[in-house]
Amino acid sequence: MSAMDGNLRELYQEVIFDHNRQPRNFHDMPEADHHADGHNPLCGDQLTVYLRINNDVIEDVSFVGHGCAISTASASLMTEAVKGKTVAEVEALFKDFHALLTETPPERDFGKLAVLTGVREFPARVKCATLAWHTLHNALIGDHDPARTE
Amino acid sequence: MNTVADPLRAPAATRLPVADDFPILARPVHGRRLVYLDNGATTQKPTAVIEAEARFYRESNANIHRGVHWLSQHATELYDAARATVQRFIGAARADEIIFTRGTTEAINLVANTWGRKQLTAGDEILITTLEHHSNIVPWQMLCEQTGAVLKVAPVNEIGEVELDSFDALLSPRTRLVAITHISNALGTVNPVAEMVAHAHAVGAVVLVDGAQAVAHQAVDMQALGCDFYAFSGHKLYGPTGIGVLYGRAELLADMPPWQGGGDMIRTVSFERSTYAEAPQRFEAGTPNIAGAVALAAAIDYVQALGMDRIVAHEHALLEHATAALSAIPGLRMVGTAAHKAGILSFMIEHIHPHDLGTILDSEGVAIRAGHHCAMPLMTRFGIPGTARASLAVYNDDTDIAALVTAIEKAQTLFGTRKRP
Ligand SMILES: Cc1ncc(COP(=O)(O)O)c(C=O)c1O
Repeated sequence: MSAMDGNLRELYQEVIFDHNRQPRNFHDMPEADHHADGHNPLCGDQLTVYLRINNDVIEDVSFVGHGCAISTASASLMTEAVKGKTVAEVEALFKDFHALLTETPPERDFGKLAVLTGVREFPARVKCATLAWHTLHNALIGDHDPARTE
Repeated sequence: MNTVADPLRAPAATRLPVADDFPILARPVHGRRLVYLDNGATTQKPTAVIEAEARFYRESNANIHRGVHWLSQHATELYDAARATVQRFIGAARADEIIFTRGTTEAINLVANTWGRKQLTAGDEILITTLEHHSNIVPWQMLCEQTGAVLKVAPVNEIGEVELDSFDALLSPRTRLVAITHISNALGTVNPVAEMVAHAHAVGAVVLVDGAQAVAHQAVDMQALGCDFYAFSGHKLYGPTGIGVLYGRAELLADMPPWQGGGDMIRTVSFERSTYAEAPQRFEAGTPNIAGAVALAAAIDYVQALGMDRIVAHEHALLEHATAALSAIPGLRMVGTAAHKAGILSFMIEHIHPHDLGTILDSEGVAIRAGHHCAMPLMTRFGIPGTARASLAVYNDDTDIAALVTAIEKAQTLFGTRKRP
């Protein structure tokens, strides 16, 4: 097995396939109080993230859209990771998650999000893995221009 | 792999003896042989082109049109000779109908900003097709905003062809400009350009043809096509990046105002008023890409030495071979199956997003393009976010197609969606 094959297996782990085939929290949310659109113009990935926030806590989160396996699985894993967290906790997690994929990984338990660590070896795919997070961030700050990963 | 070896499924492909001409093909990628199938994006460069550019800087470099010294005259001669090479290559009547630009995009923008701004007024119509690359859409949208002209779009059918009937239905005396691609970069469809030009001329429209995907893959002759403008890029023709061509019929160029102002495009300058040079200098403000033009001429020489007839025959045989080999993969669907196609294969794999496929193919050293190919409206027409695209060139052969098929099967295995044929 070549180094590249090893990297590929790290990228496409079973958890990724599972969340790609059956994304969690994959529905729209008419009663959402925050939402934002995200778009990766390079590959056409497109999604909308919905939020219900109560007392600064993310009570409910969902997404709809289409994209590659990495972006779909990352969005799905993100919804699981942020539910029940405060807005500040989510923003800090986004920052750390971004660093996990691009810089020196911070000391923290990423839980299931750690399966996306394999993206590190594929710089061209970092945008796929972070699109949902950028979109979530825009929803939180109330930016209604579509999120970009640039 | 058995899908390719089966002679009933895959017609025999040919091979041109050129692999040694392209040094980059010898470099491994991820420890594997590079299988370069992204020629629609840009082609690789033969040694003859790389050397021509280097030789210019080593032996001939000087600015053009402005030195009395020997070297400047020498460089000017090489630049002018490159223009003449392009003229002969595309069958233009005169060398001054050839304007050097940065590429196709700049050539189209030049027409929009000069001919377009002068000629178009509110209510005039520009007709394009659904096949167009963004660079043959956006400049016209910008021109419409500036002038009040209206953009019309001829549809494509299910297999990716612009049918002449639906094209004709949108032509009218209001149509001032028709801007069409010669070959679709996303689907490979070859438009019946000569007929479309004749029909457009019949209503008095001027025709621009986007030849970015055509010039390297079939003989192109301005007199036979009859078009008024023709745009292409050097880098898709085995030449360098940063150099391209706008062909314009002399009568039209003579009447077009300049676009960018600066050195080389003037006759006289005073603070009250400047007068402009004739075409092509009027449209080549500033120091051009001299080395690029010289190397583009070397690329044209390379293609012509190889012989366009041989190139066409080879790429056609390889396209048929590849179409059969890919179509035999369960779960693969071709997008764009026009009757008249060039060497571009766009496809979707069931349950695998093109972007994921691109990454997995890359891990096998197979370079393809995944995405919307700068043709988002066309993707929307087919209800898909994008495709995977393999595009062929002179150095590709059946071993490349075999590698592509094997890599696709690897992706299907990884995604757990592989079915035996
Ligand atoms: C059909 C078509 N038109 C225009 C272009 C733009 O060419 P360039 O980027 O070299 O200006 C391309 C290449 O991407 C193309 O394929």
